[in-house]
Amino acid sequence: MLKGNRMWRLGAFLLAISMVATACGSDDDAGETTAVNLQLQWFAQAQFAGYYAAVDQGFYEDEGLDVTILEGAVEIVPQQVVASGQAEFGLAWVPKALVSNEEDAGLVNIGQVFQRSGTLMVSWADTGITEPADWAGRTVGNWGFGNEFELTAAIEKFDVANVSLVAQNFDMEALLNREIDAAEAMTYNEYAQVLEATNEATGELYQPSDLNVIDFNEVGTAMLQDSVWVSEDWLTDNEDIAEKFLTASFRGWIYCRDNPDSCVDIVLDAGPTLGRSHQTWQMNEINALIWPSPGGIGIMDKALWDQTIDVATGQSVIQADPGDDAYRTDLAEKAVDTLNDDGFDTTGTTWQKATVTLNPGGE
Amino acid sequence: MVQTTPSARSKPLRSPHRLRTIVSFSLIVLTLALLWEGYKWMGQTTGGVWPGTNVGLPVRTNNRAMPHLWDIAAALFRPARSGANEEILLLTLIKAGLFTLRSAFTGFIVGSAFGFSLAIWFIRSPLAERGLMPYVVASQTVPLIAIAPMVVIWGGQAGLPAWVSVAIISSYLSFFPVAINALRGLRSPPATASELMRSYAATPREILTKLQIPAALPFLFPALKIAATASVIGAIIGELPAGLSVGMGRALLSFASSFSSAPEKLFGAVLIASLLGLTFVGLVALLERRLIPPTRRLGEEPDMLVPGTARA
Repeated sequence: MLKGNRMWRLGAFLLAISMVATACGSDDDAGETTAVNLQLQWFAQAQFAGYYAAVDQGFYEDEGLDVTILEGAVEIVPQQVVASGQAEFGLAWVPKALVSNEEDAGLVNIGQVFQRSGTLMVSWADTGITEPADWAGRTVGNWGFGNEFELTAAIEKFDVANVSLVAQNFDMEALLNREIDAAEAMTYNEYAQVLEATNEATGELYQPSDLNVIDFNEVGTAMLQDSVWVSEDWLTDNEDIAEKFLTASFRGWIYCRDNPDSCVDIVLDAGPTLGRSHQTWQMNEINALIWPSPGGIGIMDKALWDQTIDVATGQSVIQADPGDDAYRTDLAEKAVDTLNDDGFDTTGTTWQKATVTLNPGGE
Repeated sequence: MVQTTPSARSKPLRSPHRLRTIVSFSLIVLTLALLWEGYKWMGQTTGGVWPGTNVGLPVRTNNRAMPHLWDIAAALFRPARSGANEEILLLTLIKAGLFTLRSAFTGFIVGSAFGFSLAIWFIRSPLAERGLMPYVVASQTVPLIAIAPMVVIWGGQAGLPAWVSVAIISSYLSFFPVAINALRGLRSPPATASELMRSYAATPREILTKLQIPAALPFLFPALKIAATASVIGAIIGELPAGLSVGMGRALLSFASSFSSAPEKLFGAVLIASLLGLTFVGLVALLERRLIPPTRRLGEEPDMLVPGTARA
């Protein structure tokens, strides 16, 4: 008796479930979604805000994509993840991806999101280092692992003598302790970390006026950084998916340009230990690396590509010029056209950098 | 030699004993705190050298290298970021710790079970012991930091959730002490005891379950305590390449990268991470108390701290 009753209830339950499932199924028939992965270079931070915004705001969904963002981590190389097929899309700096390609990763750049380099050499104002020539006879820190070539190329370009190059951790301790005279820093990360540290002499935060900054974009040895890479083999049959991915991602970046505070909130949701003021600073600096994009967001700047190749071959980062086949602009151009037709501003020529106040510890 | 029951004997003994433990623990913590602040004060006063010399101190004493302990404590009770309705750092870290504890606990159980099975196999088959023991030892000389990314990548290709890969890495560290100590424990009964068992026509299985395993338990628990701490360390290291958005490994790494501007958060995270290991060891010790009479615990308080306690 009881058994029969239970069976009946189970049957009714299953029927209800199947009805709900059918109802959901009929909704989805309009647009089949394609699941793809995006591999980041590091943990969630505003450097990747555009992609997080495209997920959060449903831009990928609008294009029929179901994008999973894979956060980076220690020892995770996006190029390898893409080459092995665990992610369809990966972010990488151009020279690093080209090195992977010389090891037969078979990757192609389909969107050059960052239009300029975010690398700086930072020194204390009182040391009077204002141009590469001033590094002569100084101790200069660098991160190694392929992050040092803008620096070594600048040393060569200006024929700076007696520079003592030392390894620097991915932080600013050595500069803060004055163990080195100049330190490598990203505008959106390590430079901000100095400005979030307390000057023990004054009890206040360090100020930009305490520091001198050499910008590799001005030095002329800048190399292209964050860009979207896919496997050539995969792309052959999936150009439409790649184009849709770029359209939605660019829309995410446009959203973050116009709504930086909302994008900071989206990023903060992805990492419980991130500081708000640090991410706000980073969002602003990342926007400055993307905007303005004179040819439209994601379109390769040919002159900077050539400069990147020059530096990379000159510093023996790569053995040979990979040729212009290593990147293609047609997919990004189509994405930009679509967005232009929809009334989006894809160049951001009127965008102005904001002033961000950093809190101690980036909180 | 009178065998008193644990409850009858420990009632009068336990409370002053526990009080003494608390007092000595507090004294040690207080001494360490005084040393930290004292060293810092000395360095700040002398400008970073040993008093009366020009010899530099080994560790900088500024607020970045050695934040004041009260600054670390205060950071734990402040939100990790500005803005309204953000949870305090302590809560964030406890959540991260609990996530890591899940991987660590799974790794601990799997690793310990594997280690114990290995030990049983080895006493049953000397050939297996001679053939495999060198590899068991060698497994611990390979740096975990080199293995962790491989396990994470294989796990990802096999479609395992990242925390499972982390648990595998954690079990890799925790199986070793259990295997080694269990092997010693299983061998601990004197030959005469197994001979006696055999003279009663006991099967090898009966000798194992009635003699060797009970004899191994006191040896097993110290190993389980080591395995407990190792599994937490393994889980934290395993999280580094796993690309997880939660967990203690991620928290430590992200605070390490902002060390220059917020060192007290990293120290706070280290503190909570070590409490995590301590909690785990405490749980194992509790289990040991339940399963093994005090007189048979190896190197435990009744023998070491209370002289004159009878040994069975």
